[in-house]
Amino acid sequence: MATTLRLRDLRYAFGENPLTAIALAIFALLVACAIVGPALVPHDPLATNSDSRLMPPSAEHWFGTDQLGRDILSRVVVAARLDLGMAVSAVLLSLAIGTTLGAIAGYRGGFIDHLIGRVFDTIMAFPLFVLAMGIVAALGNSVANIVIATVIINLPFYGRFARAEVNIRRDMAYVEAARMGGNGAARILVRHIVPNILPPMMVQASLNMGWAILNAAGLSFIGLGVRPPAAEWGIMVSEGASFIFSGEWWTFVFPGGALVLAVFCFNLLGDGLRDMIDPRRRT
Amino acid sequence: MGSFSLLRRVAGAIPSLIGVIIVTFLLSRALPGDPAVYFAGPAANAESVQQVRESLGLDKSWPEQFVRYVLDLAHGSLGNALTTGQPVLDDLVQRLPASMELTLCALLFAVVLAVPLGVLAAAKPDSLVDHLCRALVTVGAAFPTFFVALLFVYLFYYLLGWVPQPLGRLDEIYYSMPPTVTGFLLVDTLLAGDLEAFRGAAAQLVLPSISLGLFALAPIARMTRAAMLTALGSDFVRTARANGLSRRTVLFTYAFRNALLGIVNTMGMVFSFLLGSNVLIEQVFGWPGVGSYAVSAVIASDYAAVQGFILLMAVAYVLLNLAVDLVAGLIDPRVRFEG
Amino acid sequence: MSAPPLLAVEGMSLDFRTRDGRVKALDGISFEVQRGEILGIVGESGSGKSVSAYAIMDLLDDNAELGAARLDFAGADLLAGDRSALRGMRGREISMIFQSPRTALNPIRPVGKQIEDVLVRHGPVPRRQAKEKAIAALRKVRIPDPERRYDAYPFELSGGMCQRVMIAMALACEPMLLIADEPTTGLDVTTQAVILDLVRDLVDHSRMAAILITHDLGLAGEYCDRVVVMHAGHVVETAPVADLLARPAHPYSARLIAATPSSASSVDGLASIPGNLPNLLRDDLPLCRFRERCDRAIARCDSDPLPATEVAPGHLVRCWRPL
Repeated sequence: MATTLRLRDLRYAFGENPLTAIALAIFALLVACAIVGPALVPHDPLATNSDSRLMPPSAEHWFGTDQLGRDILSRVVVAARLDLGMAVSAVLLSLAIGTTLGAIAGYRGGFIDHLIGRVFDTIMAFPLFVLAMGIVAALGNSVANIVIATVIINLPFYGRFARAEVNIRRDMAYVEAARMGGNGAARILVRHIVPNILPPMMVQASLNMGWAILNAAGLSFIGLGVRPPAAEWGIMVSEGASFIFSGEWWTFVFPGGALVLAVFCFNLLGDGLRDMIDPRRRT
Repeated sequence: MGSFSLLRRVAGAIPSLIGVIIVTFLLSRALPGDPAVYFAGPAANAESVQQVRESLGLDKSWPEQFVRYVLDLAHGSLGNALTTGQPVLDDLVQRLPASMELTLCALLFAVVLAVPLGVLAAAKPDSLVDHLCRALVTVGAAFPTFFVALLFVYLFYYLLGWVPQPLGRLDEIYYSMPPTVTGFLLVDTLLAGDLEAFRGAAAQLVLPSISLGLFALAPIARMTRAAMLTALGSDFVRTARANGLSRRTVLFTYAFRNALLGIVNTMGMVFSFLLGSNVLIEQVFGWPGVGSYAVSAVIASDYAAVQGFILLMAVAYVLLNLAVDLVAGLIDPRVRFEG
Repeated sequence: MSAPPLLAVEGMSLDFRTRDGRVKALDGISFEVQRGEILGIVGESGSGKSVSAYAIMDLLDDNAELGAARLDFAGADLLAGDRSALRGMRGREISMIFQSPRTALNPIRPVGKQIEDVLVRHGPVPRRQAKEKAIAALRKVRIPDPERRYDAYPFELSGGMCQRVMIAMALACEPMLLIADEPTTGLDVTTQAVILDLVRDLVDHSRMAAILITHDLGLAGEYCDRVVVMHAGHVVETAPVADLLARPAHPYSARLIAATPSSASSVDGLASIPGNLPNLLRDDLPLCRFRERCDRAIARCDSDPLPATEVAPGHLVRCWRPL
């Protein structure tokens, strides 16, 4: 009895969009790869072997080997930690910083609002990937700087959203009541306003994850940030691309596929989350 | 009315341009360590670094450096590229048409496919076209451009042999480069009356344009569908239907023209995608445009060239957004008159 | 009634299929519109007034399931005819105006052009004449300076002016029936009177009839000849307007009258109607949908289908225990 009920609930939650269930499964797989992947992989992702270079997929090497004889499956699995790590930290940081800046701008108004708004406008005046390239090129070629660049180009989205939401709520009765109760601006923002705008911000963040992954992978594809021999999907695709004219497709298809899977999964989860939190915006 | 608001719109782009100039300046001064070392390049010795430091005014205060930077820009000077030894501006101007041709073809491909798709999907919800549209939007948003491009090359060049080798704009072994008039090979070959070369150039363009365009297709189709659904569900479409206007008139004259505004407004975002992804696509296809120039410059730590590229892209983007604004004003009288 | 009615609706039912179940929006409603009269359809929001009009106009969404014993307009069967024939009839023979006139007009097309679209669609009107005719239509609804207004966009006009434009558009082809769905909601009282006087005037001086859909019984009393009272998808009472206001037979009508400001001496005297409309998603809707709000209910209300009793000439009520 109890199990059938639970089954029906699940079917209700996923029945409308079975893709969400698939996305959840992929998500679990990706997280597992990122956390325990390095301990489970069949081969050392960095171990080269000149005897087995560019071997096609086989029982020994499911995804084949690359130009240095490294096992591609192991590298793809291990790379999950770096790729997801970059994207998650970038999204969380821009969520935190963007919300803070936006909330201050929306609550204070006036000069600070104007100044912060101008900073966001200026970021948005660039094609964002180009700006990210420039930032990494300027700050130096490192993983941390890829994250910083991704944070910066994401800031305006969270900032503008938070600003608008705070601006609406600033004069609402419950905020007014808190103010009359002698609460300071910081306390009102943290205790009364931010918790209310967080759910839609989280939806925005999950929708943003896929984009952050693409962005980081794009930067490493053109040789910024991650350096060989590190295992990372973007750089693996880039290395594999050289073997396209000799037909060694597995060198770029598997890391690229992992990238697609990850982005696809986060986009679907974001959609699912949005449907749950805000059913009106279902498409 | 028109000219006044046109001026206002153009003036509205100026703060963005100022912001862009400040940011590119700050980026160049944010280089870790001594910027002069970066600008002088990896092969420089102490003497040439000192020379660069003086020529760039890096020994002066920041405000002075900024004024100098702006003055240089005003004279069209972006410095010299280390890799080519040429003024950065000359390099960029020479390579810009290749990038523009590619981007425009991609945009054309995306718009021509995405807009009718979105309109049909909205006109017949839950139909086959609607599902196709949604699938395309979901998939299009998940595939990294560079990966799609590589898959296409593998499939259509290596396996099927339908397209020429993806290296550059024209295979100069078989075709002769037309004299440069516009810099757009499709146009220049026609001007030169060389149909063979035109076909060759077009064949080279197909894959990169489609790879790049696919990425722009998803947001345009999504927006077209959403804007059409909103318009079709609006009060004024109900009025039009109540007055018995034909399905065609309701769909195009009433719903689509209104939806167009939303579509045009997403173009800003689409251009941001296109200009960014352009870099990746040029890299994959050995396309001799500004994007691949920037990538080599980044790898060679040729900072003046990188900076010039970013500035060029940002200015182009600001101008494109201005154009989007102006088009929106043409479509919507409310925008045009807003005081 | 000797002359055949212009519009005859008989036993019309309408369900909407939704995510949560079937909404039984209309249940066997019947009414008629005579030539040259204004028929008021009155009820709370959600009573089915507007969807009845949408059903007649074939403006329902795809999830609607419509059925009727009879739906005749000017001798033609609206249910039998194919939909394109009906589409040709919309705007020419029957037309409709809506509430919130500013959003009901295409925001990016000059109002004159919108009138022209209707003219060109329905008649062999050459483009050149279309402009003159559109201006004439604007003049007919007493829009000052129609030549200049022809080029105006809706956002440049006031709400009342937009409503006149919509009327001009609806009347451009001189229809036999005009359906006005809450045409003055959101307009100020003066404009409201001007718009409704205009409609009354047009009905009095042409062959046109009109349906005025409103939640305001006072308004209906002032402008209509006969009134249909609707409640939760049922027609509960049909009567000449003076008769209804003086001697309401259905408990709901009586409550509506008591709740109408113009009939009460002060705001304190206003009665409110207890309870809400029943949820039309329910599968166990009572035979009389007013049953759960009614203080006069008797056992029979639960057991027998509602009767239609003629309490006076032309005054019909569907109730087992009318007042």
